[in-house]
Amino acid sequence: MSAETETVSVTGWGRTAPSTARLIRPRTYEEAVAAVRDCGVRGGIPRGLGRAYGDAAQNAGGAVFDMTGLDRIHAIDADGGTVLCGAGVSLHSLMRVLLPLGWFVPVTPGTRYVTVGGAIGADIHGKNHHVCGSFARHVLSFELLTADGTIRTVAQDSPLFEATAGGMGLTGMILTATVRLQPVETSLMSVDTERAADLDDLMARLTATDHRYRYSVAWIDLLARGAATGRAVLTRGDHAPLDALPARTRRDPLAFRPSRLPSAPAAVPEGLLTRRTVGLFNELWYRRAPRARTGELQRLSAFFHPLDGVPHWNRVYGRAGFVQYQFVVGHGQEDALRRIVGRISERRCPSFLAVLKRFGAADPGWLSFPRPGWTLALDIPAGLPGLGAFLDELDEEVAAAGGRVYLAKDSRLRPDLLTAMYPRADDFRALRAELDPRGVFTSDLSRRLNL
Amino acid sequence: MKDAFGIPQSLLVLGGTSEIALATARRLIARRTRTVWLAGRPSADLESAAAELRALGADVRTVAFDALDPDSHEVVLGKVFAEGDVDVVLLAFGILGDQAHDERDPAAAVRVARTNYTGAVSAGLVSARALQAQGHGSLVVLSSVAGERARRSNFIYGSSKAGLDAFAQGLGDALHGTGVHVMVVRPGFVRTRMTAGLDEPPLATTPEAVATAVELGLRRRSETVWVPGLLRVVMSALRHVPRGVFRRLPI
Repeated sequence: MSAETETVSVTGWGRTAPSTARLIRPRTYEEAVAAVRDCGVRGGIPRGLGRAYGDAAQNAGGAVFDMTGLDRIHAIDADGGTVLCGAGVSLHSLMRVLLPLGWFVPVTPGTRYVTVGGAIGADIHGKNHHVCGSFARHVLSFELLTADGTIRTVAQDSPLFEATAGGMGLTGMILTATVRLQPVETSLMSVDTERAADLDDLMARLTATDHRYRYSVAWIDLLARGAATGRAVLTRGDHAPLDALPARTRRDPLAFRPSRLPSAPAAVPEGLLTRRTVGLFNELWYRRAPRARTGELQRLSAFFHPLDGVPHWNRVYGRAGFVQYQFVVGHGQEDALRRIVGRISERRCPSFLAVLKRFGAADPGWLSFPRPGWTLALDIPAGLPGLGAFLDELDEEVAAAGGRVYLAKDSRLRPDLLTAMYPRADDFRALRAELDPRGVFTSDLSRRLNL
Repeated sequence: MKDAFGIPQSLLVLGGTSEIALATARRLIARRTRTVWLAGRPSADLESAAAELRALGADVRTVAFDALDPDSHEVVLGKVFAEGDVDVVLLAFGILGDQAHDERDPAAAVRVARTNYTGAVSAGLVSARALQAQGHGSLVVLSSVAGERARRSNFIYGSSKAGLDAFAQGLGDALHGTGVHVMVVRPGFVRTRMTAGLDEPPLATTPEAVATAVELGLRRRSETVWVPGLLRVVMSALRHVPRGVFRRLPI
């Protein structure tokens, strides 16, 4: 029996730069090995649920391995707190199965709809990076199918592990992973909310108090100008302990019931997201947040994954799609951050849900994105005139400050800046050259950035 | 690969001395384009065009290509594609001819048709197949408003562009869903060597303006681009003018 195959047009979550590939969906190890062996001269790349914004999981003219067929949870150690599962298992599935047992995933990004394989490939981070680091730090080991057709067990602290964590799927196909879990007493979050009047106020609050919270994030209004530049709403908190719950909820403290609204429509009128509409949204969003509120109980899904409630929300950007720009600059580079925020608000990019947070210690992955400092992420409609050149200028500023942009979100970085931003990129290239001399694992991103 | 804004890293120009193509190449090099192939008949002009683009920082190679020799296209273009992915193919060759002279010299008229239409059919199909195999890329075809409705003053050229335009539209439909994008560009009167000395009609434009429109079209993945944009309206009106009236219009 062979894996299902069809030829499809593929894009990332931002829906820019489509390319065509043969989609192969292996359901067993044998099918996975066959898929890699027979993928042809233009190679293949694993793909999970397609939440990477750019072209990391596209492979024009070649194969894209849809990993969602390898979606079994093989073993749960409910005492020790680990899970062994297929690479195609989503964090959503893990939460559904693990929460009733009192366990939560160690790291979750802004969506539950990413796979474990993708979480390692992008070495994702969450609102707890300043305390817990990135996803791969909680991965004890994984099985990797490499270009030569062998399946290797890769343990932490090995070069292959560190190249694969954040390696964007280019070292091989992850088949299974063993992940260490986070114990929780309830499925609710205890959340503190406060407003910051401007960027300096925001940075001061985050610097002074971030260490008190396991989860911390700030939504920042990049359309606000003048004295209000960088005004923000901080939401921070931790898993609610059992005794924080009202009596009625305490009977079923680990229930996981994310709400789900209707999908965004397939066709959205152009020009929905203008400075005016986004500005209005930002104004309302800022005003509706309480000035200060502590200990509010929120559902997990509301705290971590507000956008998951609207399937296909990426469609609201219309045909042109959108880019997400996320960068990090180190501590001590606050002036660079101020300059960049100033430039973005001056330019009036219609961006809503821009997010600022502080990263903790750097992660071992060679191409892992986080490093200690400040990270800002914003969505911008790709159709905005002059956006490419503007983001190139921001890249220069980020690189000059010793920072970097996030490859899982990139769709437009100038290739020569990659090595400046990721000092271990050459080690990565060298390891790939040895492990996969024919370039079996190839993506549009690796072609574009010469990775 | 093209980036999120449709800007290519590699560009193949068919008609490497075309001023519109070179203006487009300059513009794209200022963004992301690093590899440029200039295909055309070997000449000093072709080499100096390459040198000019090299000075802007691109890796530029020239390749001997003759629109009038379709039998060679497979081999010549095959070699280019074998070197690596081509993100954008800009089909820019074409000749204006001399209407008054060509009406008396059918062989000269056929040369216009063979260059502008037959050559493009061959080069377009060869490029399309290569782009399809790599699963991505754009084929940008320089048509002309002259093809939209043939005029007394240049119907030989106009008819060749009409054929090219129809061919490119159909090719775009054929490639829909393959990851390959075909964009038909219809400039009005462009001030270039080709039009030097001709009377300038209203809405005349420049190679730089066409280049800007091509970049915008790549970003939007447009199927048809008019330069200037107002021509879309003007030509759709002109197309419906009765022939008796059209014949007498001062255009």
